[in-house]
Amino acid sequence: MEKTESGKFEGLTETDQAYLADLLKQLADDDYLLSFRSSEWLGLAPHIEEDVASASISQDMMGHAAMYYGLLGDIYGRDADDLAHFRGPADRRNSILTEKRNGEGEYLDVPKYDWAYHVVRNLYYNMHKKVKLVALKQSSSTPLRDVAAKAAMELYYHELHWRTWFIQLMNSSDDAKARMAAALEKVNGECADLFHLGKYSEDITRKGYIAPASEMKDSFRKEMEKVFDQTDSVFSFPDDQKENGRLGRHTEDLEHALELMSEVYGSVPYAKW
Amino acid sequence: MKAVTGMTESEKYESFMKRIEDGDKIEMDDWMPDEYRTVLIKLISMHGISEIMGALPEKEWVPKAPGLGRKLGIMAKVQDEMGHGQLLLRVTEDLMKPLGRNRADIMDDLFEERLKFHNVFHMRTHTWADAGLIGWLVDGAAIITQTNMLGASYGPYARALKRICAEEVFHAQHGESIIMALAEGCTEQREMLQDAIDRWWPSLLMFFGPESKDTTGSSKQDATIKYQIRTKTNEELRQSFLSKYVPRIHSLGLTIPDDTLRFDQETKIWEYRQPDWKKFKQIIGNEGPKSQDRLNLRRAAYKNNAWVREALEA
Repeated sequence: MEKTESGKFEGLTETDQAYLADLLKQLADDDYLLSFRSSEWLGLAPHIEEDVASASISQDMMGHAAMYYGLLGDIYGRDADDLAHFRGPADRRNSILTEKRNGEGEYLDVPKYDWAYHVVRNLYYNMHKKVKLVALKQSSSTPLRDVAAKAAMELYYHELHWRTWFIQLMNSSDDAKARMAAALEKVNGECADLFHLGKYSEDITRKGYIAPASEMKDSFRKEMEKVFDQTDSVFSFPDDQKENGRLGRHTEDLEHALELMSEVYGSVPYAKW
Repeated sequence: MKAVTGMTESEKYESFMKRIEDGDKIEMDDWMPDEYRTVLIKLISMHGISEIMGALPEKEWVPKAPGLGRKLGIMAKVQDEMGHGQLLLRVTEDLMKPLGRNRADIMDDLFEERLKFHNVFHMRTHTWADAGLIGWLVDGAAIITQTNMLGASYGPYARALKRICAEEVFHAQHGESIIMALAEGCTEQREMLQDAIDRWWPSLLMFFGPESKDTTGSSKQDATIKYQIRTKTNEELRQSFLSKYVPRIHSLGLTIPDDTLRFDQETKIWEYRQPDWKKFKQIIGNEGPKSQDRLNLRRAAYKNNAWVREALEA
């Protein structure tokens, strides 16, 4: 049986490689896409201090994506940049929540982005990521454990940041509360696949690469209930939704994002940038 | 605070000028002549808002940056620029406080076009090479003008500049790295780079401002030199830029779109074709190619997020 080229995944069978690769794509594409969506906010945040803070978070997320793409590259014997830029929507495994537009309009034009949606989406995503990183730190795969430990150090601050925003806006003016309620409803329609582990979900958990989805979902629920306890709202999480990014079934928003992100990289295919 | 009670206005002024001449730093709460305060507010608010408006042309290239490393690099750079803006607006806010003005007034001045921003940030970016060139040459030019003020008599500004200059050096290296990849790349990349230099050259010369106020009718340089906020004139700074970068541009096999450009060995002065200063005046008067688009983007974002600022105060 064929083995991986890199020492990091030495000894893995081809099927194990496929399981791990699918999980890595979920992790990498999630951070890649949401980092992009956050970077569209650059220069447009509610105040300058927030711009600096959220720009730092987007960078960290892109850094995490780069680490996961690096591991994926080890498995495939391919360049991490190619894996980030050249894979089409059908091969992407990010959750729907990470790919959706920030609101109306293009970032290069005069967009009408929704800060309430940005806050709610990031709270859900980062809390989900926190739970996943805890699970990944127990992974049977050493490279995954190592990367998770690094990402978790930064994630602590990201989750704190978005949780602070969430609680503050949820307890603020009537206008803010109404906007947050609308954002919660929107996010509820887009986040059902966050904990889905894709087409190999049973094998991925059987191999001990990550904890079963149901366990992680329970931890997530507990964490979120603690946050919601500090507001007047009750936490709910959807069971299902139309699209499932973990199975490669995405919305049009993804295609548009990928085109933009690869515009220069793909413009001269043989060039080094 | 230095004791200035019991002194006449002219005694206060003399003692203030003496402090400056002795190399003493003026602090926020110290007595200062109105002209000094006005000049500082104008200079530092323009510097701060230019950092913030300057994030916009580069931000356009953040999602498109080719490669994970490039994406990370340009994100970090734009974040730094916003951070510089924040730092400088804080310095300005302290200076404005006795006049009963605050950050909201600064933003209002920008939106109502009373507060101007740097000429380079009114220009359009066409390709990825522009993003590299901004880092390499615009930040390179900024390092030259800002190091000229590191010894500024106003302490809070001098300290902010110290940090800003340290980061600008990274930006210039980030830009240089993008430029080197293009210069060593394929024909399409080299053409992209040459095109960027051809388009940006006049803006780079304009960056340092007119030689004297005779050129455009006004210039801050006389007052800023009198109060030891800066030491060199606009023209001296432009000469330093040419000495530093013309050889580097040529060494990459690139050309500069000025056939009159030459270094006079006798006078030790660069001769060059003057950029169109009438156009410069139009550009900084918000009539540049992207002036209104970028102002509108910032106005719209400010308005769109007004509810958040209100919610934070609720």
